[in-house]
Amino acid sequence: MSETETLRAWLLTDTPTSRRHARLSSFYKGWLALRSNTMAMFGLAILVLLGLTAVFAPFLAPHDAFAQDLGNRLQPLGSDGNFLGTDSLGRDILSRLIYGSRITLYIVLLVAMIAPIAGLLVGTIAGYVGGWVDLVLMRITDIFLAFPRLVLALAFVAALGAGIENAVLAISLTAWPPYARIARAETLTIRSSDYISAIRLQGAGPLRIITKHVWPLCISSLIVRVTLDMAGIILAAAGLGFLGLGAQPPSPEWGAMISEGRRFILDHWWVATVPGLAIFTVSLAFNLLGDGLRDVLDPKDGGTQ
Amino acid sequence: MALTEENREGRRRAPLAPWLKTTLMTVGSIAVTMLGLLFVTFVIGRVMPIDPVLAIVGERASQSTYQEVYEQLGLDKPLIVQFFYYLWDVIHGDFGMSLLNARPVSEDIARVFPATLELATLGVFAGIVLGVPLGVIAAVRRGSWIDQIARVVALVGYSMPIFWLGLMGLLVFYGILGWVGGPGRLDIFYVDIVPQRTGMILLDSALDGNWEVFRNAFSHIVLPASLLGYYSLAYISRMTRSFMLEQLSAEYITTARVKGMSERAVIWRHAFRNIRVQLITVIALSYANLLEGSVLTEIIFSWPGIGSYITTALLSADMNAVLGGTVVVGLIFILLNIFSDLLYKVFDPRSK
Amino acid sequence: MNAFNRLLTSAAIGLAVAVTSAPAGFAETPANMLVIANRIDDITTLDPAESFEFAGSDVSRNVYQKLVNFDPNDLDAGYQPEVAESWDVSDDGKTITFTIRDGLTFHSGNPVTAADVEYSLRRAVILNKTPSFILTQFGFSAENVEQTIVADGNTVTIVTDQPYATSFVLNCLTATIGGIVDMKTVMANEVDGDMGNTWLKTNTAGSGAYKLVSWKPNDSVTLQSNPGYYRGAPAMERVIVRHVQESASQRLLLERGDIDIARNLNPEDVAGASSAEGIKVIDELKGRLMYASLNQKHPILSKPEVRQAFKYLVDYEGMQNSFLKGQYTIHQNFLPKTYLGASNEAPFTYDVAKAKELLAAAGVDGLEIEVGVREAQERIEIAQSLQNSLAQVGIKMNITVGTAKQILARYRSRELDVYLGAWGPDYPDPQTNAGTFAYNPDNSDAAQATGLLAWRNAWDTDGLTPLVDAAVTENDRDARIQMYKDIQAKFRETSPFVIMFQQIEQSAMRDNVTNFSTGQAITSASYWQVTK
Repeated sequence: MSETETLRAWLLTDTPTSRRHARLSSFYKGWLALRSNTMAMFGLAILVLLGLTAVFAPFLAPHDAFAQDLGNRLQPLGSDGNFLGTDSLGRDILSRLIYGSRITLYIVLLVAMIAPIAGLLVGTIAGYVGGWVDLVLMRITDIFLAFPRLVLALAFVAALGAGIENAVLAISLTAWPPYARIARAETLTIRSSDYISAIRLQGAGPLRIITKHVWPLCISSLIVRVTLDMAGIILAAAGLGFLGLGAQPPSPEWGAMISEGRRFILDHWWVATVPGLAIFTVSLAFNLLGDGLRDVLDPKDGGTQ
Repeated sequence: MALTEENREGRRRAPLAPWLKTTLMTVGSIAVTMLGLLFVTFVIGRVMPIDPVLAIVGERASQSTYQEVYEQLGLDKPLIVQFFYYLWDVIHGDFGMSLLNARPVSEDIARVFPATLELATLGVFAGIVLGVPLGVIAAVRRGSWIDQIARVVALVGYSMPIFWLGLMGLLVFYGILGWVGGPGRLDIFYVDIVPQRTGMILLDSALDGNWEVFRNAFSHIVLPASLLGYYSLAYISRMTRSFMLEQLSAEYITTARVKGMSERAVIWRHAFRNIRVQLITVIALSYANLLEGSVLTEIIFSWPGIGSYITTALLSADMNAVLGGTVVVGLIFILLNIFSDLLYKVFDPRSK
Repeated sequence: MNAFNRLLTSAAIGLAVAVTSAPAGFAETPANMLVIANRIDDITTLDPAESFEFAGSDVSRNVYQKLVNFDPNDLDAGYQPEVAESWDVSDDGKTITFTIRDGLTFHSGNPVTAADVEYSLRRAVILNKTPSFILTQFGFSAENVEQTIVADGNTVTIVTDQPYATSFVLNCLTATIGGIVDMKTVMANEVDGDMGNTWLKTNTAGSGAYKLVSWKPNDSVTLQSNPGYYRGAPAMERVIVRHVQESASQRLLLERGDIDIARNLNPEDVAGASSAEGIKVIDELKGRLMYASLNQKHPILSKPEVRQAFKYLVDYEGMQNSFLKGQYTIHQNFLPKTYLGASNEAPFTYDVAKAKELLAAAGVDGLEIEVGVREAQERIEIAQSLQNSLAQVGIKMNITVGTAKQILARYRSRELDVYLGAWGPDYPDPQTNAGTFAYNPDNSDAAQATGLLAWRNAWDTDGLTPLVDAAVTENDRDARIQMYKDIQAKFRETSPFVIMFQQIEQSAMRDNVTNFSTGQAITSASYWQVTK
């Protein structure tokens, strides 16, 4: 007990003893602020649950997610053995939902790896180097921004063939420009700050400055942004699935499940509604978390600090 | 929609140059961006394995018919040559013929764009009217239950799959309750009654003084527009809240309060006044996004707008139509961006 | 069942009841107007010499008259006189002389003459658009039309290169490409020697029961009745076909009374709509077949036992009675039911053990293949069902979904292992399908016979090609029927085509609509006979 007390005190100190101490301390304070935000914690809890579901899918799923049974199709909610009913081919919706969480996580993580990093690279280089490089990179960013997003994604998927990997790439392709803009704006502010000049005087090269000093400072605003965009990413993937260009059958991707189920929406509404609710819940969780993170991390909100 | 916040963050921070230079730079950058947009679209259109020739001649065509059309389209020429031919035509205002319905693409766009414009305008209007007050209240009552409700309302808007909400809305408000019109822009009975001036039926019928058609058109547009309105509400209210919080924590607000100014005056006359410009940027972006055309909404509501036009064209390899539609949408996006930048320069006290 | 479940179930029932009960403020379309919801995004042109898609054929059937045509009230009677009052066939079977009916006029007011007929048919041959093969298969070409299609007074004579079965020739003339256009009007709109093709793509110049008011792509087609129609003015003065993509939207429109006919309801919506008050559903057998085919370039798929095995791996009954219910019926031959020579033989059933035996005999152990299918839900589901049964014999089939054009392009270039799709006949004669499923005179890659399904699957037809050639010139009806039965018997056993289902079109309509027909398997929808 007393040990945790001291750890707490150590973390909450106003006079950090080392750089690591300071970083941990500010991280802990942020966590405390986030923890006091019920909504954000609720979102986080859902996401943790999603992660667990994905990891333990084989143990959680009551049935084989791919086993068809045409004699047992379109069973309603709460029928024996199929708690969430069955789809058009008689597959258990609950099991498909559980396995589908893996695909959703896969999409989300992959896009979260690709788009912000691409944006960060372009943005920081443009912002730090400036001049012609900035002009060219930002014009390219503008072009992609001005492009109708779904058209760009559709074109890309149509070009490379439908499939989950291509859908992820297509979505990333449409998602990076905003990150580039943010990163550039942050870089411009950071670049002109005194301490960067000091580092430069000490002889640090541009590569070192960008990777060691600019990037870490851009991260927090990017994280907020990514979290808030996650919902958009899931919905975009679902939209591609809805148009038949996302995950390939019989994959239980949630968007594709809605697309399959929407044919029965008037009489067997749950077939589309259950995956719809799943998408909604996860999107909402990401949004709640992102919104909470923004309150904690975004320096513009003066109130909390 | 969530992807457009950057514009605020990425606003020009370069020092102001003389106006001529600025103007030239602006015009130049529009031109370059447009050219790039055209080129990227063109390349995508040409490298895509959807065969435009097949789209025209159909499944049963013989190889000789196929070859004839292939050469007619100029597809046997090098890509770069094809691009310059296309560029030349576009500069002369000619987007070419739609490969699939045999009419000029410009004519098609003139038909589908007003439908989207009407829907988007109404949608963004609803988003502003409800979203701005909601955002302001949420910021003022930060942490209260109103703030929490506003947060949930907005985030639910962000998180809902639009096709599901659309179908359900249609089922409830049209199918069961019969409160609104069904899919399509008008009941069949009212089609082609009022003369077409703008292509926007609400406006056309109002200009014509035909309020019966107006009522019918409104009953059809109200559901899809509310749906889009909800989405822009979500975005606008969150951004409004964020801007307001920034202002409310500023020192001048504290000063004003100390001076004994009423809370209402502090909020509306001071804080809100200062976020107007930022807000216009956000609204412009929100509007631009709706003007792209929400493909899924358009499909569900049988709304013949530009979003479903471009998508259909893309899926059926009608590249002239895709290019034309993309150029128009891109141009609107860029123009709205410039418009909000200009507003920013005119109104923002800091940039003077 | 616990309380929560009961709650959900009652909510579901409540919703269903609410949907099916008569809603408040029921609307109705005007008595002289027919409003149809249909998917019309496939219309690319209205020129009868070029139009080849379903929705376009519907427009053509109502706007243009043909030499011979079908009576929508008696489709079983076969082709009937229309613009041609009567015809004579020469003794050598190569020359047919049509006598043109008096007193017909085009919508423009011009009389319909033999010269218009000559012009229309020659034009279709010379323009050489995709459907032109329907005419050119009789030996007509741009070079010889001056001699082979000739008007004289009030008769038109056509001369074919061989003595084809007369029914074959006349059946072909009922296709969209046989539409008679108004020569004067069309030529007045000619640009750069295109025989009015550009103009006719978006305008019409016919003599049928309706004239075109407007065609707004992906939105609507509006037709106005022709009071001077020779069978009397149609009851429906205006026909509007609206493009409504979603089945659910079509059903809601129908139940609300905002449309009279919904043509694209899926089985579940048909079931739901038919229990609603004031709605009836009409079933019509169509000519479209659903099939899977195996590329014979594939070393394993080309083994005869493997071809057989696939035919035992389709859950015919299961699919017909579940997600295809009411809209497809089991059919295992390349001639659709109701066609001359059609066979109802269906020897294959879902039999995994039998398939395993066959595969073992072929020495197949484990196999991974790709099937291409376009993004239509029913096809994707058939593919998944097939995937499921193939998995039971150790064959892994990956599904690639793409847009129609994308998948088709790969199919046409012989790249797909397996193709799963539909085929609809082009004209109501057995040759239309025999000539593509079982006919492939040159199986080499260089032949590029991309229009032939047998070629696309690299199948040399195992000797069926000459039999198809022979059947098409057989003028004795019974002998011809027997020839097709024989061809199909062999085809069933040996071909790489797994023919599974024939389509049934279910049109849901308000119950005051009478006499509507989508044209069954032989023609398109017509509106002049419809009353309300």
